[in-house]
Amino acid sequence: MDFMVFQYPMITVQACLDGLLLGILFALIAYGMALQWGVMNIINIAQGDLVILGGYIAYFMYLYGIHPAWGVIVSPIIMYFIGVGIYKLVINKVVDRDLFISILATFGISILFMQLMNFAFGADVVLANSGYGTTMLFDNNVTLPNSKIFSAVISIVFAIGLVIYMKKSKLGRAIRATAQNSRAAKILGVDTEKVYAATFGINAALCGVAGALISITFTIHPYMGLPYTIRSFMIVIVAGLGNLPGVAMSGMGLGVFEEFADYILGTEFRIGAVFLLLVLILVYRRFKLSRKREYLK
Amino acid sequence: MKISKIILSFISAVAILLSTSVTSFAKVVGDKIVLGAAISLTGKYSSNGVHTQNGYNMAVDRINSMGGVKVGGKTYKFEIIYYDDESNPKRAAQLAERLISQDGVEFMLGPYSSGLTKAIAPVTEKYGVPMVEANGASRSLFTKGYKYLFAVLAPANLYLDVAIDLAVEKNNGKPVTVAMAFEQDAFSQDVRLGVLDAIKRTGSKKVIDDKLPKELNDMAATLVKVKQMKPDVLVVSGHTKGALTAIRQIAEMKVDVPMLAMTHCDAAKLSKQHGKNSQYALCASQWHKTLTYKDNFFKDGMKYAADFEKEFGYDPPYQSAESSAALLVFKDAFERANSFDQKKVRDALAATNMQTFYGNIKFAEGGQNVDKPMVLFQVMCDGSGKCENKVVAPTKWASAKLIHPIPKWSER
Repeated sequence: MDFMVFQYPMITVQACLDGLLLGILFALIAYGMALQWGVMNIINIAQGDLVILGGYIAYFMYLYGIHPAWGVIVSPIIMYFIGVGIYKLVINKVVDRDLFISILATFGISILFMQLMNFAFGADVVLANSGYGTTMLFDNNVTLPNSKIFSAVISIVFAIGLVIYMKKSKLGRAIRATAQNSRAAKILGVDTEKVYAATFGINAALCGVAGALISITFTIHPYMGLPYTIRSFMIVIVAGLGNLPGVAMSGMGLGVFEEFADYILGTEFRIGAVFLLLVLILVYRRFKLSRKREYLK
Repeated sequence: MKISKIILSFISAVAILLSTSVTSFAKVVGDKIVLGAAISLTGKYSSNGVHTQNGYNMAVDRINSMGGVKVGGKTYKFEIIYYDDESNPKRAAQLAERLISQDGVEFMLGPYSSGLTKAIAPVTEKYGVPMVEANGASRSLFTKGYKYLFAVLAPANLYLDVAIDLAVEKNNGKPVTVAMAFEQDAFSQDVRLGVLDAIKRTGSKKVIDDKLPKELNDMAATLVKVKQMKPDVLVVSGHTKGALTAIRQIAEMKVDVPMLAMTHCDAAKLSKQHGKNSQYALCASQWHKTLTYKDNFFKDGMKYAADFEKEFGYDPPYQSAESSAALLVFKDAFERANSFDQKKVRDALAATNMQTFYGNIKFAEGGQNVDKPMVLFQVMCDGSGKCENKVVAPTKWASAKLIHPIPKWSER
């Protein structure tokens, strides 16, 4: 245990800012998960692998001399079609089934994607350089890489854009209607099959954006997807489905929590701390639920 | 196009696997000496696995075309059976069993990485199969009393202790403060032990001792501590992702530290991926092409690098060079043993004392190579932003002078 993070106020500030910027990015991935979970009742284990695949798209643009920031536009477009493709191939066969079946199916997709990416792109750790420089605050004591700020801003832009799209557009309304009651939506003329495909596509596109941002800020590697799946799962569990402000808040909260866990427990326990928190929250939820049941008795 | 390529390679991989499993090999068939190797062709080690395989193949071709191996007045040629261990230790151990008990292989080459070598060594030991390995540096491999394991490379604890000595030397012999960040795997932890020994020996002080996780891609917390504590040396070892992450975040966070020492810089293609940001990083390496060791097959490092580039299209990392050296060691041992008896070959291997383009090779009791020091190179860039690795220590092979301390970010 190391409490240095509280001994120097500048480190505390740094940890909070790092965590917030990171958390906003997590929230974007989690939003995609919450969306398809809410609409299709599918927990997508391959979420993190879609993120990494999106990252590779930006990385390849960077390799061919295009600035990786364009990845946030190109990657979601490609990923949308990949998402729709996955839906047509696999997900549409499990969408009305048990939740467990969908977990198994997406788990399979996850393994397949990892191996395919490893096969196609190699096992090297790669990154795309944005060349964005650094912002210094408080007499150079706090440093914020501009790439992280860029990531957070882009994430917010996409999240707001999606909220507006959901509220105003025809497809958005259809998606929300299907989420509320798919049978009723069907009766009223909504093509739910199309809505499901679009939802999965939108989720994949969001992963594409996040992946492009991760290739700019961190590193990507075919086997690095799982931690992103776990994080978004956890954010959605805390926030609940269909609660966008909740997703944003719990995303940022998780970012800050991770950052502090990193300082206090050490970097090696960072992901471990996330898992532990997940277990605690699940136990707490169960506890609350069982109390409610007792009350009903 | 990608898909068709994937399908095609999948089918050919299956075909190769099938064809090798039908025929049963013995150790020496006709004029061939058959060696077995489980190598990571898929999975997380696949890029280094390919470097290893290329190194082996290069040496096999070279030795065969230059007269092969002479045993008992007859000339033999090398041949290697490869299996893909999928970067998985369990699979590697199974494949070693299969190579020995089904394919009848009596001599083995090592896999890639300490972890996989650790998985295979008990198997080769059980059957008394001599194994020359080139990619497992973990100290724990050499303390188990294995009799049939020989490593052409220097053990992991020697990777970065030179850097601490160098820092003390630059500090006029006075002790220094050291910040350390190491991944939690067998190899990196051995590197850490070596650094701790050096710290103790020089009376230096460690101020940060962080452990990095396997899924590392953010080490900002460690670097913030470094900014606060201002150590004389920062040591990082976490395979390629550690090297890449460290350089990216040191540059982004403008962390000033007089000396930065790392492992896996060349495997991570640091200077290519990060350009000028990687400048001044000190890197531990088993081998560098400018070293002036010589042998009859590859001449010297520069010639090896040129030939390798011609054949495979890239500059050889040290993983390839040491793999090639393993074959030279086998050839030498077979000829001195003048026999294919496993015990005699084992004894000949133990008595090895030779120079290769990769370095001098002489095995200690535990099987590690004790006659080849590690080298440190520093990434140096010219005005146009082209970066090169230049050997700076030990001084005997230095092709450039160490730049110390590293200029501050505000002055770059």
